Amino acid sequence: MPFSLLKYGLNKDYPFEQHADLPKPTVLKSHYDVVIIGGGGHGVATAYYLAKYHGINNVAILEKSYLGGGNTARNTAVIRSNYLTSEGVKFYSESVKLFKELSNEFDFNIMYSQRGQLTLAHTDAAVRGFRQRAEVNKHFGGKTELIDPQQIRELVPTLNMNPADMPVLAGLWHMDGATARHDAVAWGYAKGATQRGVELHQLTEVTDVIVEQGKVTGVKTNRGNVSCGCVVQAVAGHSSLLAAKAGFKMPITTFPLQAMVTQPVKPFLDPLVSSPSLHCYVQQTGRGELVFGGGSDPYPLYSTRSTMDLKESLLANAVELFPFMANMRLMRQWAGLTDITSDYSPIMGLSPVDNYYLDAGWGTWGFKSTPICGKSMAEMVASGGKVPELIKPFSMDRFNSFRQVNEMGATAASH
Amino acid sequence: MNDTNMRLNAPMGLLLNRNEQVEFLFEGQRYQGYAGDCIASALLANDQWLMSRSFKYHRPRGPLTMAGQDANTLVQLGGDPNALADRTAIAPNMQIEGQNYNGTLDKDRDAILGNFGRFMPVGFYYRSFFKPMGVWDKWEGYIREKAGLGKLDLNFTPEYYDKKYLFTDVMVVGSGPAGLSAALKAADGGAKVLLVEEMPLMGGALAYNRFDIEGITADRLRAELIAKVEEHDNITVMVDTVCNAWFTDNYLPLIQGKRLFKVRAKECIIASGAYEQHVVFRNNDLPGVVMCSAATRMMKLYAIKPGESSVVLTGNDDGYLTALELSDQGVNVKAVVDMREGVATPELIDALSERDITLHQGYTVYEALAEKGNKRIKGVDVRKITAKGEVGNASRIIDCDLLCMSAGYMPAYQLLCQAGAQLSYADELAEFTLSKLPEHLHIAGSVNGIHQLDSVVADGQRAAQLALNNLNLSDELPGKVSCRVKPNFDWPIFSHPKGKDFVDFDEDLQAKDIVNATRLGYRDVQLVKRFSTVGMGPSQGRHSALPTARLVANSTDRTVTETGVTTARPPFAPEKLAHIAGRIFDPYRRTPMHHRHLELGAKMIPAGNWRRPAFYGDPNKRDACIHAESVHVRNKVGLIDVSTLGGIELKGPDAAEFMNRIYTFAFLKQPVGKTRYAVYTNEHGVVIDDGVACRIAEDHFYVTATTSGVDRVYRDMTKWNTQWRLDVDILNVTSAYCAVNLAGPDARKVLEKLVTGTDLSTEGFPFLAYGEADVAGIPARLLRVGFVGELGYEIHVPSRYGEALWDLLMEAGEAFDIKPFGVETQRLLRLEKGHVIVSQDTDGMSHPGELSMNWAVNRKKPFFVGCRSVDIVMAQPQTRKLVGFALPAESKKPEEGHLVLEGDGITGNVTSCEYSPAMKKIVGLAFAGINSSEPGDNISIRVDGQIVEAEVVSLPFYDPNNARQEM
Repeated sequence: MPFSLLKYGLNKDYPFEQHADLPKPTVLKSHYDVVIIGGGGHGVATAYYLAKYHGINNVAILEKSYLGGGNTARNTAVIRSNYLTSEGVKFYSESVKLFKELSNEFDFNIMYSQRGQLTLAHTDAAVRGFRQRAEVNKHFGGKTELIDPQQIRELVPTLNMNPADMPVLAGLWHMDGATARHDAVAWGYAKGATQRGVELHQLTEVTDVIVEQGKVTGVKTNRGNVSCGCVVQAVAGHSSLLAAKAGFKMPITTFPLQAMVTQPVKPFLDPLVSSPSLHCYVQQTGRGELVFGGGSDPYPLYSTRSTMDLKESLLANAVELFPFMANMRLMRQWAGLTDITSDYSPIMGLSPVDNYYLDAGWGTWGFKSTPICGKSMAEMVASGGKVPELIKPFSMDRFNSFRQVNEMGATAASH
Repeated sequence: MNDTNMRLNAPMGLLLNRNEQVEFLFEGQRYQGYAGDCIASALLANDQWLMSRSFKYHRPRGPLTMAGQDANTLVQLGGDPNALADRTAIAPNMQIEGQNYNGTLDKDRDAILGNFGRFMPVGFYYRSFFKPMGVWDKWEGYIREKAGLGKLDLNFTPEYYDKKYLFTDVMVVGSGPAGLSAALKAADGGAKVLLVEEMPLMGGALAYNRFDIEGITADRLRAELIAKVEEHDNITVMVDTVCNAWFTDNYLPLIQGKRLFKVRAKECIIASGAYEQHVVFRNNDLPGVVMCSAATRMMKLYAIKPGESSVVLTGNDDGYLTALELSDQGVNVKAVVDMREGVATPELIDALSERDITLHQGYTVYEALAEKGNKRIKGVDVRKITAKGEVGNASRIIDCDLLCMSAGYMPAYQLLCQAGAQLSYADELAEFTLSKLPEHLHIAGSVNGIHQLDSVVADGQRAAQLALNNLNLSDELPGKVSCRVKPNFDWPIFSHPKGKDFVDFDEDLQAKDIVNATRLGYRDVQLVKRFSTVGMGPSQGRHSALPTARLVANSTDRTVTETGVTTARPPFAPEKLAHIAGRIFDPYRRTPMHHRHLELGAKMIPAGNWRRPAFYGDPNKRDACIHAESVHVRNKVGLIDVSTLGGIELKGPDAAEFMNRIYTFAFLKQPVGKTRYAVYTNEHGVVIDDGVACRIAEDHFYVTATTSGVDRVYRDMTKWNTQWRLDVDILNVTSAYCAVNLAGPDARKVLEKLVTGTDLSTEGFPFLAYGEADVAGIPARLLRVGFVGELGYEIHVPSRYGEALWDLLMEAGEAFDIKPFGVETQRLLRLEKGHVIVSQDTDGMSHPGELSMNWAVNRKKPFFVGCRSVDIVMAQPQTRKLVGFALPAESKKPEEGHLVLEGDGITGNVTSCEYSPAMKKIVGLAFAGINSSEPGDNISIRVDGQIVEAEVVSLPFYDPNNARQEM
């Protein structure tokens, strides 16, 4: 038994209030240097890095619901960097590096678990695409290989190699692929940020953005108005709605993305396995549950309802990939909202409104980018709007200048 | 073991068939039960209360609800983990095991974990196991091994499951008194009713609960209602059927046996009842501590005598009735412990004293006392309640082997909340109630907070009246129904300093765990759930939601309504993936010539939703086969099935204008009887698809599209025309037509043998010509195209003629040594000609300029989709270009996807590459940086880690003057 547990067990009235990870609610002040809209992983990570590395802690995180209650709570906790473009691979690789150290940095276990991610190719088009992704990854030092059916059998002996009459031709084996306790990432950041003076205001909804002469000066909330030096918006699923309040449009379409989880069973599956052709991916959590995800719903919607159709097609394919899973019992189905851009890359950086910074368009890749996005956004805020090199390619302006970062094909059903 | 001592006489045991004995195995030991027994009841009949081990502390667990509402009876059925023993019927020779133990169910070495509970405070795993860095990797495996419940059989092969659709006017979920009366009222009003019951028998609580002192009302009412329901023509009853979710517009999945019914109901009435709630006290999880309703279920449904001596702990009058029932069935009821004081109905108090049952009012059970190893309750410590959640020091020990408890009820709110209903807590009733139902969804009975039997019946009728009114079958005003009893005790939570006072049995969470989560800052009930895992187990909060809401509210100074419960999501009860997946069959599309390909030994590969021949011959000799096929096409004649190509028909006065707006080329002046290359760009100016446009008449085009692209092109066309409102009909005729490409120097000679009435000579039917022709009696559309770079004809015929056309051509070609060729060969042939395959040689950013397709873009016309973007990107300095490259035959062959590098940077990638038998060298297409994209430049390709220098050459590689295709 680790010493730290002994400590808790021997303390008669643990938890002492000083052990609290999150402070009690406080009053909302009338001014902050920085207002971060959205208390999800990205928002709290930005606050954390601002406070820790830039000494900026007069910061309020305004969350309309509860900490990490949006897509941070709803994603399937896949961490990977096997993207297609140089820009994407460089960016997500930095995220993976940060993830690995988060538990110790936070003094809070996020249960980072490097399991490797296996993506299956059933068509020669997929083989071509995977080979390119493996090559790009290797080019930037990532551990990604194109592997043959025999190697796949050895990695995942339980996999049906001819699912849905679509023989597995090859696999993209991404050794850096990992998972972590998604909620804990948000909590760890929130803990670190609030310990350094950042205020986290839950149940605080921004109802309007105050812009004067092209510059943001504050926000209106259900708890009163707040003036501020600058705003970071990090509200995945509602990015274009909030941007509209700030007075500009975003090139984003919002689709629901559904996922589901089974009852727990003893561990039998280590790698994260996904099949873009069958629109299905699966991983076994630390608790023993199987988590399934697929592609986004086919039509745009701002609703997190579940549908029968998606469940049927997704699980039919899951049973194709692993026939014995027919005996598993599904426990829960849910949905999040994904803000999709036309090039399947995110939007980070400046907006048409001065001092109003964007962290948006994360589609299905928000969770895996949490650390590096927070770090980059903090750097930008601290420098008064100087965009770090790493995220320059992801500016919203790229849609005007036709400098898109095309990740289409590196994303579908392999979150 | 035998099966006699525990069984009660009939009429107890409604579900049993005592004439049929069933033998089964539990933990390797042979047991007997009756047909109709569930696993749990059959085990109880043999005095086997221990059925599983708990998730975290490996505590012994036995039945709690007898209704599948808890995780205490999860067992392993062969390779089928987490089966509910109290809902699964026994079957002959069924093999059942306990779950989640180290050793045996009886002697679980991990039970020691319970003693270390204090070292595992709520969320302990967030606070430990990660220092020093890297140590988590070692702990993780151990912790994962301890997590999980059952074991999955990895060799299990799926059984047959299927699906069916049903439609009904009114669906009623639950056949208790509310559901039965609702179904009858709706059916009497003229509606078709589908009545769904989870249990194998109708009646709900009428089948097991006692509603009066004499114990006669329930049976009488049940018999009366069921008789009426069964003889009603308008009612269909499905028992043993779970309505497992509510989806938008009353789309309701039902699970019965191995079938999933998908129901569309115009109106839906939820009469799903309520879950009896437990009291939180120390050791409230011991085997032998059960809900009151579990005890009555054991007796009435399964004829199980649940114990010899019992204590009833209650916060309502229902506990008194349970005590009477127990007493009537020969159980020695030692005491009724009523947490309330001076509230109970006097007649009930009298009834207890008539039976010499001691009554303690204002008392509670503070702790259940356990036999050694915690495997059964042996007594209770009863104390006076002194304040909210607090008890006095004077303790009274009562020996018993059964404790029945009822702290009140939680509505079975799952389906309703999935439909968006709101839960709010009525403080005066200490009960959650539901409101804000969507239209066409109604609620009746105890789920609606109505608990008295007469009111429940009236409430069912009220709900049915609302449904009838919505169906325009009636317009009467529904009656008002109210409830006059309060079954919920305000604070049935008695924390014990030593803990094991469980709030959540699934996850082994105690009262202090919930409170501590809030003290650690996780104040929102959603955060409490996520941090403590309360409600995340197999029973999804059926019992933990209410005490959690109360504890969190109390600890954070909020109301219970403000605190709320976590979101209810589908499914209602755990459902096998097999039910949702249904029949395992994988339809794919076959062309009309599919059988011919198989006969000819084709190696089939997926192409979109289709299967196509890759090549013909030994599947392990791909290169040899496609090389031979390609040489044959170049020298003689070959035939390929191109039926999978998309076909879109455009007809109407504005057809040409429409074509002109969709595709990049100019189409207004395209002559009738000619084909023209058609490129489609999206609004970003990216090339999305291509095909050949044939002008059949002034107002009629036939356009092909790529196999995988046609659905999107068709969808986009219809989408655009909803804006443009042009007078044109658009039809996707992909499956109406099939097609072949007859290609090679001898193609004309073959076709001439079959075609009558059309001059096929170079002058009569030149390159790019289009015409309708008679091919041996088959009406055909002929296109002279040059994709593979030889004299060739695409022949499109109605699908039903496909096989005949194939046979005719193969026969006519016999004299010319005709051979079929596959799609891989076609890819090689077109590569030799430098033709691009959209999506293989293009990516999500490729605009026409990069692909050297400027010739196919008309920059003079005012508009096409993507026109603005194409103008912008073409005006910018280009960064890359798709180029042809060549390498000597003996060079290392680049693979598609390999990178093109310039210094440290990636400038592009190989999109196509093959050895060309015609050129006797390796040829390929690749994106290259703009500075090395001219013929004569060199590009560096990294092939398996080595750099290969290739020369950029002009396209096409083969027959640069295109003489062969224009013969």
